Order: sequence, then C-alpha cells, then structure tokens
Amino acid sequence: MSVHTPHPDLPPPANIVGVVGWSRANLFSSPLHTLLSLFALYLVYLIVPPIINWVFIDSTWVGDTREACATTTGACWVFVKVRFNQFMYGFFPQAEYWRINLAFLLLIALAIPLFIKSFQHKGKLAAFILIFYPIITFQLFSGGHFGLSHVETSKWGGLSLTLILAGVGIVASLPLGIVLALGRRSNMPIVKSVCVVFIEFWRGVPLITVLFMSSVMLPLFLPEGTNFDKLLRAMIGIALFQSAYMAEVVRGGLAAIPKGQYEAAEALGLSFWKSMGLIILPQALKLVIPGIVNTFIALFKDTTLVLIIGLFDLLAIIQQAFADPDWLGFSIEGYVFAASIFWIFCFSMSRYSMALEKKLHTGHTR
Amino acid sequence: MSETDNASTQSQATGEVTIELRGVHKWYGQFHVLKDINLQVTRGERIVICGPSGSGKSTMIRCINRLEEHQQGQIIVDGTELTDDVKHIDQVRKEVGMVFQHFNLFPHLTVLENCCLAPIWVRKMPRREAEAAAMRYLEKVKIPEQAKKYPGQLSGGQQQRVAIARSLCMNPNVMLFDEPTSALDPEMIKEVLDTMIELAESGMTMLCVTHEMGFAKTVADRVIFMDGGEIIEENEPNEFFNNPQSDRTQLFLSQILQH
Repeated sequence: MSVHTPHPDLPPPANIVGVVGWSRANLFSSPLHTLLSLFALYLVYLIVPPIINWVFIDSTWVGDTREACATTTGACWVFVKVRFNQFMYGFFPQAEYWRINLAFLLLIALAIPLFIKSFQHKGKLAAFILIFYPIITFQLFSGGHFGLSHVETSKWGGLSLTLILAGVGIVASLPLGIVLALGRRSNMPIVKSVCVVFIEFWRGVPLITVLFMSSVMLPLFLPEGTNFDKLLRAMIGIALFQSAYMAEVVRGGLAAIPKGQYEAAEALGLSFWKSMGLIILPQALKLVIPGIVNTFIALFKDTTLVLIIGLFDLLAIIQQAFADPDWLGFSIEGYVFAASIFWIFCFSMSRYSMALEKKLHTGHTR
Repeated sequence: MSETDNASTQSQATGEVTIELRGVHKWYGQFHVLKDINLQVTRGERIVICGPSGSGKSTMIRCINRLEEHQQGQIIVDGTELTDDVKHIDQVRKEVGMVFQHFNLFPHLTVLENCCLAPIWVRKMPRREAEAAAMRYLEKVKIPEQAKKYPGQLSGGQQQRVAIARSLCMNPNVMLFDEPTSALDPEMIKEVLDTMIELAESGMTMLCVTHEMGFAKTVADRVIFMDGGEIIEENEPNEFFNNPQSDRTQLFLSQILQH
C-alpha cells in the first residue's frame, strides 16, 4: 500500500507581497491605472498643502482681539479661542461652568469601567448610568436644589446642549426602536397596527416639521396654562422621530435571524421575552450595528436643526457669534471649527462601532 | 446481524404511555399535511420515522413540542395536553428535547453557554450547578475540550453533538430528532449516530426522523413509515425491513436500499 505524503506549503513569490507587490497590484497594474494614480497624486498635491497652510502654518493662534489677525493670510483661530467658552457652554453663567464639567467628567469616570475587561458588574453599572446619570446631570444643569442656583434651559447651549440632545436621543430611541420593531413583527393585530402607524407617521414627516410642531403648534393644542419646557419638547420630538428609523433598522436585523434560532429557543422552553433578550436580539443587534450607528450619527448631526426653534446648539451658537460686530468676517473659521467638532464625534462613533463589531464577531474565527 | 445488535441495545420500554397522538390533523392553508395520525409512545421506546420528503414526518414530531400547531385531534405528552394554553406548552417543552437538522446552536454564545442557558433561565438552576451538569453532558458526547469555543469554530458533527448535549442539559424525558444527520458530511455522520446509539442504550425515549436505516435496524423498537401525511405502516425493524406489508413501503425500501 502506498503512503500519501501531503505536498508542503511553499512561500509566495516575492513580487506579490510587500510594498512593491502592493503598489504594483493596486496603483500601477495597467497604463490606465498608472495614469489615474498619477492624476490622483497631483490632485492631492493641489488640494492638501494649501489647506495645511491655511489651518496650521499661516494661521494665527495668539491674541485676544481681531487686530492680532490683521496681517494673517491663514485662519484666525483667535476668534474661536475668544468665543470658546460660549461655544462649549452656551449662555450658562460663567460661575457655574464647573457643573457642566462635573457632569461630563462624571460620565467619563462612570464609563471607564465598562471598557475594562476584568470588571464584573458591567450590566449593573450600565443600568445605573442609564437610569441615574440623566437625573444627576439634569440636577447639575438645572440646579435649584442643594444650594445650586437655578439655570433655565434657555440658557443651556453650545456643545453641551448638542451632546445632551444627542445623548437623550440615542438613549431613548434605541430601546423604543427595539420595542417598535418587535411590535411590528408581532402576530397580534392591534400591537402590530399601532407600531406600523407610529413608524410610518414619524418616518413620513421631516424632522424640521416635528420640531416646529413641538414648539409652535403643540402649545396651541394644550390647555391654557400647561407649559412644558421647549428643550424637553425638542428632546421628545427627536427621540420619537429617530426611534421610527431605529425600529426599521432593528427589524432588518430581526428578519435576518434564521427561523431555526427562534425554534431552538422555543424548543428549549424559553419564553418570548427570554428568547428575544437572550438569543434573538443579541444576534440581531450585532448584525445591524452599522445601521444603528448610522442612525446615531444622523441623529447627532440632526440636532443642529433645533436652531430653528431658537435653541442654541453648537452650530447655532457659532452662527450667532458671526453677528458680533467685533468679529465680522470670520465665518469660515467658525464653520470649520463646527465641522471638525462634529467630525470628531461622528468619526469616534464610527470607529467604536467597528471595534464593537470585531469584538462581537464569533462566527468564523478559528 | 440485527439479532446481535438488538441484543446489545435491549429495549427498555416499560409500557407506560408517555406520548399519545389521537386523530391528529394539520393543515398548512389548504394543504392537508397530517391526516388522522394515531400514535402511542411508551416510556423508553425508540421510534424511527422514515418516509419520502414532504410526507409530514418532520411536521408530526414538531407538533409534539408545539413548534407546529395541530388543528384537530389530541396530543398528550406526559399527561399534559397541548392546547393554546401557554402553561401547557411550557410544561411540555421542559420535558421534551429537540435536535434539529441544522443544529440551531446559538452562534453568539460559547458551547458551554449554549448548554447552560436553558437550565439557568428555564429551570432556574444556579449557574455553577448548570455548568457542572453541562460539562458532564459534553463529556458524554465526547467534546468537553470544546466548551469554551464558539459553535462557528466547530465541525458539523461536533456542532450536532453539542446540540444533543444542549437538549440533554434540560434533563428531558423524551428526545425528538429531526433528521439529525442530513446536513452532515459522510465522515461526521458516524460520530453523531454513535452518540445517539449511546443515548438510546441509556433508556431515553426517542423519536427520530432519519434516513439512516442502519441506525433504525440497530436501535429502533419500532419503525414508522409515513407518506402523504399518513402513517402507512409501523412495525418492529426486522419485520419492517424484511417483510414490509404495504406496496408503498416496499417501493420506498427498494429505492433507498438499492445502493
């Protein structure tokens, strides 16, 4: 009987690996590709150096007045520097800035253990953050107790307001979206129709309309004397609006789970809510992380729309600074600053979601 | 040959009826999929159900743990009748384990977590105890070393053995197998069948939809042949294979045993 010896694995030829191999395959694989690669490099040369010059090299960073920028050809970051506190804290009284700082530091401190692998009580901590942190933050922002002076919500603004709107929107829209998605897939006709009508209504109207309705129309329908906060109304509007989108994203994930998973959970005797919570949702939500984060990012940027109902989020407060007679003509710096802040937050969310997807991927890793 | 095999897997049927189907009918829309099914399974009995695809054999065993709803007749499992009452359904599902053709392990949980999940959440067993029990069953199906891996990292045969262990962790009185080897590579069928034979020898009540006629000859107390939603013939394996009564059974057997 002949004995079979498997053929050994050989290393790949040198010209298909390494930098040379990579550029040959990806940049210069044909005359047309070579031409396009060179053209792209030329475009980069045209665009990038002037931007770097304007932002970093020719720009002015020191000084307190516009005179400091009189001779500069680049960006005048003095404008942003002088207004920085307002961009961050809105019209919050300067003496109370520490309350906002404390709230955000508290969030960071509470969130750190969630990223420590060996920490055992992640679930409990997350629940604590979700339930109690908003209460603590509201007390810190609003004051009126414990010797803290009361600050009206109309004075909240800047980046802190943007983060509050986005945070509330995100935290409220995900669970609401999940419930709506489950409801829409339900066999119970009433639950199902309520969810379908809700989702289709909120998806069918523009967010601007929702905000207008909440701030202008709603008070007309409410009995005289009932008046609840404009910010609160905006938050509810944003949360309901985004939860409709979230529901459809989550529904996509639920539909992608094979029927066998539902059956296996049932056959083991798990109740509906247990099989959803332990088997179906963990898988479905993992599948639609890109869609969920997409919605979060859209929500984060959509918070800028609150400027039309007179709330001063980051973008609105930067725009109102353009009207300052001392600082006319620095709108480009302002918009670039706003864009970079938004970009940093959105990009972080996107990277975090990618890391999360990788971490939760258990499918094919051997 | 089947003489010696049957001797090695002595039937442990006790005569006490554990599953009873009385005049069960089921329709999918207009399609009459189960027609007047009558079946009694005694405790410890091993039953193999075979038949062409679309004959209703999977549907029948899926009715026993209410993955499918029957519209007429009675299904009684361990004295509990399956009705719309969720309590009854939960009660039956606790006692009846099921193994699927496509394993249906939970891919986001490790092998051990797959096994512990139902004992912890349905039986309210303490985690430590559930894990110890799960390890015992994983040893029984001969893959304790894979406990920390995810299902996606295992071969098909290993996954199916985990699925068997997962069902056993609930300590069921009855095990249903729905074509457990049909999705496996030929090299892996044997390891799963060996596990099932071992389980049969331990006295478990088993209902098994399968095309593995060797398995039927080895362990079955009774072979049931279904076609067109009806039970055409049932007999003990020797008689069934050597002396089929119905022409439909003869045709079926001649087709599957030719190769």
